[in-house]
Amino acid sequence: MLDTLRQLIDKHARLPVQAATLGSGQDLYAAGLTSFAAVQLMLALEEAFDIEFPERMLNRRSFATMDSIVACITELRPQALAS
Amino acid sequence: MSSLVARAQLVGAVAAQYCEHVDKEGRFPSEAVRAMKEARLLSAFIPREFGGEGAELSEIAEVVSIISQACASAGMTYAMHQIKVSSLISHGDRAEWHQEFMRRISREQLLVASATTEGGVGGNLRNSICAIERSGDRFTLVKDGTCISYGRDADAILITARSAPDAPASDQVMAVVSKDQYKLELTGAWDAMGMRGTCSDNFKFSAEGDVAQILPNDFGEIAAKSMLAICHILWSAVWYGIASSAVSRAQSFVRAEARRNPGQTPPGALRVAEAANMLQLMRSNTIAGLTRFAQAKLNDDDLGSVGFIVAMNNIKIGASRMVVDIINHALLITGINGYRNNTPYSVGRHMRDALSAQIMISNDRIFGNVANLLLMHRLDPSLAA
Repeated sequence: MLDTLRQLIDKHARLPVQAATLGSGQDLYAAGLTSFAAVQLMLALEEAFDIEFPERMLNRRSFATMDSIVACITELRPQALAS
Repeated sequence: MSSLVARAQLVGAVAAQYCEHVDKEGRFPSEAVRAMKEARLLSAFIPREFGGEGAELSEIAEVVSIISQACASAGMTYAMHQIKVSSLISHGDRAEWHQEFMRRISREQLLVASATTEGGVGGNLRNSICAIERSGDRFTLVKDGTCISYGRDADAILITARSAPDAPASDQVMAVVSKDQYKLELTGAWDAMGMRGTCSDNFKFSAEGDVAQILPNDFGEIAAKSMLAICHILWSAVWYGIASSAVSRAQSFVRAEARRNPGQTPPGALRVAEAANMLQLMRSNTIAGLTRFAQAKLNDDDLGSVGFIVAMNNIKIGASRMVVDIINHALLITGINGYRNNTPYSVGRHMRDALSAQIMISNDRIFGNVANLLLMHRLDPSLAA
């Protein structure tokens, strides 16, 4: 799933660096993620994994690192881990 | 020491004496700020353990509103100071340097200003061009074209910058620098339609300091978790103060007319009722913001949630639109007496001051952000707080 996630980050998160250079536990906000781009990334994730983030996940912490994003997606759709 | 409200009223009385002169000359409301210092209002928000009074945000909002009823420039200066102090309280309470600095604010009644904008970033305070340059325990910082309200009269400045020369634009930190550590070079003088006393000049800022003066949390977190909310709430309190003062003038005008013609309801009376209705909405809006923030502070996830950001942005947009509408009502009621600058019913200064509300962080920019957030966030239809 991390590969898909990195692709989506490169496409939607508008970071000044390639996602491949970031560790999965690295703070995405510190790497340049803005709240605007975070929403765009969320929408792309919903589309890619056919999920819908519930209100309780719509906070800064859920999208702070790739690990936390993976945790959210896995919770919503356990089978997504294989993708 | 007397209550915060009683001391705020004293400051308001001082501010009222000089507000016309402050407005006309576009000068800093120095008498009112001196009175704030004498009344020890600048440290009211700081926790008791650091020498302050540990006031609640709702109490600070009340002080802001009382001072703003007399002089919006003085009220806004007080509000901006407290917004900066709130960042120290929320994010510097575990750092020794910042604890000591809070004690210094309390002891010396220091006035703290903000330098979050920068030439070339298009008004987006979550982006910086300038960067902290570290060398051992020391840092240097140069920020160009930054707007610093009451910059020349402040005792310290909280300034944002990229955390390092190779950091991306949004990887920001905030540093506290005191007057003896920075140099300000005026690059653009403040001569504005209203809020003339905030003296929001543009400067080239350069400073040197200890790395310990940089707040431990990154600025993105400070902005999201305390600054944005407190800023919108306290600004709303300023605008509520301006609106209250305008309605009070309109009401006095109608009352005087009613006394002259007993038995007849003056034509403006209906509009006073309408203005009072809008003023109540504005008051409810600000109080709802205070309640929502107090609730969110108990839960870190709520504080970082999209719903919370949407709510706080709406507090600002609501208050900034209503204030202009309310003052316009006051103008319709008082007519030529309100339009003229030299009558007890003048609302010209109120209107000019209030027009700043919709452009201090442009409402269009905020609507743009909220529009993006609403692509995800589902509004809560519940009336329960």
